[in-house]
Amino acid sequence: MMEFLADLTLLADSTLRIATPLILAALAGLVAERGGVVDIGLEGKMLAAAFAAAAAAAVTGSPWPGLAAGIGASVALSLLHGYVSISQRGNQIVSGMAINIAVAGLAPTLANFWFQRGGQTPLLTDESRFSAISLPFADTLKDVPVLGALYSEIISGHNLITYMTVFLVPAVAWMLYKTRFGLRLRAVGENPEAVDTAGISVAALRYQAIIIAGILCGLAGTVLSTGLGAGFIRDMSAGKGFLALAAMIFGKWKPVPTLLACLLFGFVDALQGRLQGVSLPLIGEIPVQFTIMLPYVLTVIILAGFVGKIQAPRASGIPYEKDH
Amino acid sequence: MAFTAQKMPWWADGILLPILNLCAAFVVSGLVVLAMGESPIEVLSLLIEGAFGFEEGISYTFYYATNFIFTGLAVSLAFHAGHFNIGGEGQAMIGGLGLTFAVFLVGDFSPVVSVLAAIVGSALFGAAWAYIPAYLQAKRGSHIVITTIMFNFIASALLAYFLVGPLQRPGGQMPESADFPEAASLMGIHELLAGIGINFEEGPMNVSLLIALVCAVGVWFLLWRTRFGYELRVVGQNPEAARFGGISVSKMTIMAMMISGALAGLMGLNELLGDQHRLVGGFTQGYGFVGIAVAFMGRNHPIGIVIASLLFGALYQGGSEIGFEISTITNDVIVMVQGLVILFAGAMPYLFKGMLAKIFALSRRNAVGEGETK
Repeated sequence: MMEFLADLTLLADSTLRIATPLILAALAGLVAERGGVVDIGLEGKMLAAAFAAAAAAAVTGSPWPGLAAGIGASVALSLLHGYVSISQRGNQIVSGMAINIAVAGLAPTLANFWFQRGGQTPLLTDESRFSAISLPFADTLKDVPVLGALYSEIISGHNLITYMTVFLVPAVAWMLYKTRFGLRLRAVGENPEAVDTAGISVAALRYQAIIIAGILCGLAGTVLSTGLGAGFIRDMSAGKGFLALAAMIFGKWKPVPTLLACLLFGFVDALQGRLQGVSLPLIGEIPVQFTIMLPYVLTVIILAGFVGKIQAPRASGIPYEKDH
Repeated sequence: MAFTAQKMPWWADGILLPILNLCAAFVVSGLVVLAMGESPIEVLSLLIEGAFGFEEGISYTFYYATNFIFTGLAVSLAFHAGHFNIGGEGQAMIGGLGLTFAVFLVGDFSPVVSVLAAIVGSALFGAAWAYIPAYLQAKRGSHIVITTIMFNFIASALLAYFLVGPLQRPGGQMPESADFPEAASLMGIHELLAGIGINFEEGPMNVSLLIALVCAVGVWFLLWRTRFGYELRVVGQNPEAARFGGISVSKMTIMAMMISGALAGLMGLNELLGDQHRLVGGFTQGYGFVGIAVAFMGRNHPIGIVIASLLFGALYQGGSEIGFEISTITNDVIVMVQGLVILFAGAMPYLFKGMLAKIFALSRRNAVGEGETK
């Protein structure tokens, strides 16, 4: 029983860790799509941010320039995507895929050029990354039954960006539903003609949405390489940008349900890590390749489970043309 | 904003525009190369030398091109039906699995039977792997871009499972199968040329190239010369109109994706039957994604796709040769070029089209003006 509880605590702890980049990326996708721009390029932006953050942190020895570089790289790609989708009225899905593939090539190229480590960045020391923060009294409260363990094992000991994420979810929800900007943003994703008629620039609003998405996605990438990991590794985003999109769809483009979907994905991913090499009753040991599949299979099942319930922002993915 | 693209001559739209898009991608890549302290001109000349400078290099260029014809046709066929199939990579992996099962099943009976079995096995498995996302898109509205990506990850894990499990070479440690039966092999083009008295250095280019070209003709015929192809294109252009015209959109979606998956699956013929003669982990090497760039570059037309495949074949072969001379220029750079080609040719078709259209409109006006004054 004790062992089971300890397992559960560990599982909850790694769920939060793993869910952090997913939540941030899903919020990014949510803001962009609520504003009418589909962002399939989350994956690439995350990877770019992960690389830029790790590279800057490795060179300067501090995570803060890394954070700035990560956000900068992601916002720059966001603006490129915005230029294609908003100004050029190009195909947004294709543009996102182009960014994903270009970054998958560019990031290891630059890593190889700067650090000569076969497309990786050097291992980051604890000072140069966002390492675990022990919350006050975590040690003293450790022996208090249940609550103490909950506090010191699950709530304490995460990196700064994970704690930031806890505040960012309500912040994004507040921005979307309680501010004038949020109202306009949602309107531009549903009915851009109306926004245009009211004399508000559709393009400007969409650019703002995509910049916010860029910042959030930059945080997601930064936490990958400087929070969860200690350096950039080739293809380290491993489909997380797409999982985030699936979580956003599962969460029906709403912040809190999206958060819950991300936690579910985080949990399944944490579970698959724990299941590796474990012999289960009746089934026996599951081959590692099948446990690795779990999050991806779950994504497909979740996407398939929705029939007729999906209601994307109506104008999402459709370029706005003033004179038609 | 109205584009007067229709008034451009066909060669401006079909030839000049792809070249301009490619140039834009090359210029950006050149800047990256320049930023890394290398000369873009030197890199380009190394690339051309590596791709076309010697017979073995040429053989490799066409060998890679064969893969890209299959995956490019796959992406483009789905695109004509209005779907973005990013699952070519996974479909090729599972196709390779089907090919392996098929050739071991028929054993050493006869080369013709083996090759036919390989074609059927790879196409069937590729199609089946595309069927699930297609069905989910058609019947449940699941986003096909996300599901096909997920199926790539699942396919990769599945392939790994078979290659370290049931299919692993007995006693082997590597993620690879036992060698295929002797009969399961495709002839090299150099052997074919030797047969008619032409001496060509040995290389990996094989008969799959001809099969790929047959597929290109087949796709052209299917899309533009049959009722099925017409309906498929209508569904892609305007699903509402198609539904109104009595075409089942979901049926066409599933059919188009399955043919697309079959084409991607056939890639295994070249890699496995033509060269490796065994199933190897990760044999697809991202070629499924190259298909996206090839399809856009080739403007989704089989002739364009064959030309674009050759170009990307040269990029891959030449690119790997550059690595020997300049260690910082690796295949990753070629992946980046791929992304840029998709960006310029696929996502921003109006960037140069609008400009070109203006130039042509202007020159026409000038010509008319001169005519009036005379």
